[in-house]
Amino acid sequence: MKVQFLKGMFHGIPIALGYLSVSFGFGIMAVSSGLSVIEATLISLTNLTSAGQAAGVEIIAAAGSLIEMAATQLVINIRYSLMGISLSQKLDKSFTLKHRLIASYGITDEIFAVASAQVLPITPRYMYGLILVSALGWVLGTFLGAAAGAILPTDITAALGIVLYGMFIAIIIPPARKERGVLFTVVIAAAISILFRYVFTAVSGGFAVIISSVIAAAVMALILPVKDKEEEGASEKAEESVSEKEGKLCR
Amino acid sequence: MSVAIYIAVMAIVTYLIRMIPFTAFRKKINSPFIKSFLYYIPYGVLSAMTIPAIFYSTGDMTTAVVGTVVAVILAYFKLPLIVVALSATAAAYITGLFI
Repeated sequence: MKVQFLKGMFHGIPIALGYLSVSFGFGIMAVSSGLSVIEATLISLTNLTSAGQAAGVEIIAAAGSLIEMAATQLVINIRYSLMGISLSQKLDKSFTLKHRLIASYGITDEIFAVASAQVLPITPRYMYGLILVSALGWVLGTFLGAAAGAILPTDITAALGIVLYGMFIAIIIPPARKERGVLFTVVIAAAISILFRYVFTAVSGGFAVIISSVIAAAVMALILPVKDKEEEGASEKAEESVSEKEGKLCR
Repeated sequence: MSVAIYIAVMAIVTYLIRMIPFTAFRKKINSPFIKSFLYYIPYGVLSAMTIPAIFYSTGDMTTAVVGTVVAVILAYFKLPLIVVALSATAAAYITGLFI
């Protein structure tokens, strides 16, 4: 069983390295928005999510309402619900309610991606190893960034303000290139977001993100519903889908 | 308002979003609309958060635009997240040296 924990930790190393540099940018951003080093680190420790935290810091800096904060986190992080549902189908029998309550903390895009790529059922120890190392990278990077934000020259910290957004672009563009549904969602959301910024300026940032993304996703869900990949896969014979996967790997 | 209260609200909402489906959900979602909506929503969120905010992220519109262009090009060629993010930063920084 100890092997599972170590395996999880090992799988967490690349995630942690990626998190280090991104959360470094978050730390700098949080401090430049007026938060203390401890507050910035505490946010990363308790939230473990990039987009939600960035939006949260903006709301704190703008002295937004708690309802705006809760609603923004709900919309931005709702994807974790879907990932949670997906992961819950792959869990080992040893994953009791207690373990689920603890491991919920660590459902992020990257941890979800790595965990769901596992062939065998996911054990609690594997998840704990994976989450521990990943979260360590996230929290440590935030602390270093927040602490360095006060020391580093302003032209470097200014340039680092773009780190998180650069990562968002790297997440959006490849699927937008491949799927028209994603591309149009991105374009519609950006267009509405620009309207809020320059025309309907009374709407605060958090709500502007919610409204823009909900409209864009709802419109595209109506016009271009996503095909159900899992059902398609299930209708094929297991052998065929296995050989198909192997084919993809070889390419 | 105290920053601690904001952080508590953020953390609790985010935890509940993760915890409730992970512990309680046993069925599959069948509505194609809801499935598609949930599939598209992260891209809408990231796009709305990035544009136009990215152009104000470095405190100077010129450096931010250069950084954005670099990020879009590298992302288009599917480079890893970290390479894209750090290259955008480096591009913004180097542009700033010439201003």
